[in-house]
Amino acid sequence: MGETTKVGSTAGSRVTDGLRAYLLIAGMWIRAGMTYRTSFVVTVFGNLLLSGLDFVGILLMFSQVDSLGGWTLPEVAFLYGLSVTAFGITDLLLGSSEVLGTRIRDGSFDTLLVRPVPVLAQVAADQFPLRRFGRVIQGALVLGWALFAVDVDWTAPKALLVPVMLVSGAVIFGAIFVAGAAFQFLAQDAAQVQNAFTYGGTTLLQYPPTLFGKDLVRGVTFVLPLAFVNWLPASYVLGRPYPLDLPTWVTYLSPLAAGVCCALAGVLWRTGLRSYRSTGS
Amino acid sequence: MGAGRLYAAVAVGSFRRYATYRVATAAGVFTNTVFGLILVYTYLALWDERPDLGGYDQAQAVTYVWLGQALFAALALQGGGFEVELMERIRTGEIAVDLYRPADLQLWWLASDLGRMLFQLAGRGVIPFVFGALFFPMALPGDFGTWAAFLVALLLAAVVSFGIRYLAALSVFWLMDARGVMQALMVTGIFCSGMTLPLNAFPDALGDVVQALPWAAQLQVPADVLMGETAPLGAFAFQAAWAVALLAAGRLLQSAATRRVVVQGG
Repeated sequence: MGETTKVGSTAGSRVTDGLRAYLLIAGMWIRAGMTYRTSFVVTVFGNLLLSGLDFVGILLMFSQVDSLGGWTLPEVAFLYGLSVTAFGITDLLLGSSEVLGTRIRDGSFDTLLVRPVPVLAQVAADQFPLRRFGRVIQGALVLGWALFAVDVDWTAPKALLVPVMLVSGAVIFGAIFVAGAAFQFLAQDAAQVQNAFTYGGTTLLQYPPTLFGKDLVRGVTFVLPLAFVNWLPASYVLGRPYPLDLPTWVTYLSPLAAGVCCALAGVLWRTGLRSYRSTGS
Repeated sequence: MGAGRLYAAVAVGSFRRYATYRVATAAGVFTNTVFGLILVYTYLALWDERPDLGGYDQAQAVTYVWLGQALFAALALQGGGFEVELMERIRTGEIAVDLYRPADLQLWWLASDLGRMLFQLAGRGVIPFVFGALFFPMALPGDFGTWAAFLVALLLAAVVSFGIRYLAALSVFWLMDARGVMQALMVTGIFCSGMTLPLNAFPDALGDVVQALPWAAQLQVPADVLMGETAPLGAFAFQAAWAVALLAAGRLLQSAATRRVVVQGG
């Protein structure tokens, strides 16, 4: 079992094919979702509210203290906004891959294999949930407020780091989603493990790195490079010391970290897909 | 078959059904442990800044975190128990079959949910809690009596949790779409049961309000009983009052639903 690769087709054209298919499938699901307009509006609003609960928790904490691990509320909000917006974008674009395990179990995954469209594009766009846009809105609102509220001397590199963090962050989370999807080939019922890294990751990054044990910080800096989503660059932007002694140029490495994650996730996905054996039913 | 034996059989069946998914259970244990780790560090920092916040010391705050992770799945604090199934049965009209059964609807689902809770407490709750106790300083009682009182508080918490979700599930008779109700369950469950922050650490007036609501009976009260922060009898009375009120409300709503509502079908 594998992807149907036409002889002579280049990697580039396969990516364009995949993206085109992704947009078509996502568009179809958006049109389907829009049939029930009120339900759609309500669920977007609900998602916004649900995603905002974490921030309400942070606000509650700051109603009792002035700083957490030495970071003030606007600074934590800056971390929060970056983490949630980046994660929200990925959750919107790739979050559907969570249900891959269900598709494998009930056998409907086989139908994805026989279509002349890259499997990953189909899995990612499956039942495209536009309502998850609520999380992006909520994260962006907090980020917007934090950008005004933080006490930072904005220079060109610092300002540029904000969009770089959002894009690289979304890509790093995307790699985790794809790796998680690949893992579901191995263990169909283990979609929860993925949650520990995706939802767990975005929750971890909402809080200052100074709160956590050195080993944990080392782990998410060097092994699973979540720190590149916001911790490292944001520490630099805010002028806060990072718990690990790293040279300044490391703060600019987020795009590189994102690229490496993507490559690894791609390898894992192909390995997973190749190892797939249909239940045959 | 006696009524007691029937509901016991339903509970056992539900326990075994959840016990079937071993990989999913292991995955859940892993996730709860990771979330516990993240939360415990934020609480340690918070209590560093404000020792004695909400009347807890640091060890008690740590215990609260791991207890929350241990009970998260069992008490379905953000939903995800029997109600998902019941809502779907109401939506599709399959509920008509349930109503024909020679068993009480509310007791049937209560038995089924208790079976699930028992499994998820043992299968998903114990390991994260033990992990927390091994690696972080916790405030656990040494005497048997407190642990026994804690178990009673847990049972009452389970009934309150069921009561809330039963009401939510029955609302689908009128609403037809379950998605909004489930979201409401999630929001209220996470916020009001104290998964984000212990309810006694909430600011003044808000703290008083959330501590009087039924959600407080799920995590906050058992935690306080375990750590000796509250007198067990008063705690049981609070939980039992909400349990009875919610079950009675569930009964009323159930009879209204079965009398007035036309079941969906096709």
